[in-house]
Amino acid sequence: MEELLNIFVKSIFIDNMIFAYFLGMCSYLAVSRTVNTSVGLGFAVIFVLGFTVPINYLLENFILGRGALSWLGPQFAAVDLSFLTFIMFIAIIAAMVQLVEMIIEKLSPTLYSSLGIFLPLIAVNCAILGGSLFMQERNYANISEAISFGLGSGVGWFLAIVGIAAIREKIRYSNVPAPLRGLGITFIITGLMGIAFMSFMGIEL
Amino acid sequence: MSENNSMPKENLLSPRNRKLLTDPLGKDNPINVQVLGICSVLAITVQLRTSLVMAISVVAVMGFANVIISLLRHTIPPRIRIIVQLTVIASLVILVDQILKAFVYDISRQLSVFVGLIITNCIIMGRLEAFALNNKVWPSFLDGIGNAAGYGWVLLAVGFFRELFGSGTLMGYSVIPQFMYDIGYEDNGLMILPPMALITVGIIIWVQRYKDRRLIDIS
Repeated sequence: MEELLNIFVKSIFIDNMIFAYFLGMCSYLAVSRTVNTSVGLGFAVIFVLGFTVPINYLLENFILGRGALSWLGPQFAAVDLSFLTFIMFIAIIAAMVQLVEMIIEKLSPTLYSSLGIFLPLIAVNCAILGGSLFMQERNYANISEAISFGLGSGVGWFLAIVGIAAIREKIRYSNVPAPLRGLGITFIITGLMGIAFMSFMGIEL
Repeated sequence: MSENNSMPKENLLSPRNRKLLTDPLGKDNPINVQVLGICSVLAITVQLRTSLVMAISVVAVMGFANVIISLLRHTIPPRIRIIVQLTVIASLVILVDQILKAFVYDISRQLSVFVGLIITNCIIMGRLEAFALNNKVWPSFLDGIGNAAGYGWVLLAVGFFRELFGSGTLMGYSVIPQFMYDIGYEDNGLMILPPMALITVGIIIWVQRYKDRRLIDIS
């Protein structure tokens, strides 16, 4: 239990998807103009990450990894399908995103129209695929650890995008040098937020 | 149909085709102006060497992905085009990944998950959607190479500054002479940390927009 909490907190603050690995920057920069839409996209990312990471964990451990097929019988023990991981992971992610899109369209048409093009783009949001690839690289011991990692990364991403959206709403009233307006200042603020998040480094539960 | 079909005998490097190649380097740069494909720019630019390998990989994937999608553009049903595009990109990335593992294993380890993340690099998807789906093969190829090169130079620029100021080396060779250290010069450890990548890109954007006022964001 303690280990799960540790992974959760670590993936929110220390290994934050945005500030430590810069994953999902495209939608982070594009959708962070207002707090409302960024909250919506943030929840969508938490949801998709929370599902895809455990599903891909099962896929990795029971089908794709070296010797993962040994539950089928001893003759499959030497099969190594790991070169297929990219294509399988991305297929799972694309399917999950389709599902989330249909659910949101049904439950909240306003959110659906405000997210607009960015919902399908979650499929190519690096944070989602990155979550699965980090899960694969870090060899989590069991599926609950994978779930806690997926949810934690999603929450970290959510915090980052809501934070930057709030700052961008305020900064509209400030006198930023013209060539820096919009994209430039957003990059620099994100860098400063990243430095702030680095102060969490070394926290162990 | 695209305009290109009406003039089949167009020269391979006609002014229009050259524009496809050069626009993304400057005023239509995928990173500084279209804001696509930021993730990898930031994460792997601690050293110039990794940046270079990454830039070459993206040029290869993007050129070929654009060619393949452009060849298939009349056969892909519009409803499932995203899956088709992802599959094409993923297959190319698997190829690149295997080649990197075979020939430059240590760099492939340093790049870790970011080779896989070329799949979700929005520049590639974005150009496939916006260009390769409606254009002939040769212009699509040029567009792919041009955009990947535009992405590559920003990558190299960020990598150059971060490695130079962060570790005092370039491509692994030390370039800051020893007497500089003797009189008290210190490497700036902050440049190696992730946040400085963001600030470096911010400054590049600042300089570019200062030079070219048309790019300034008025909103």
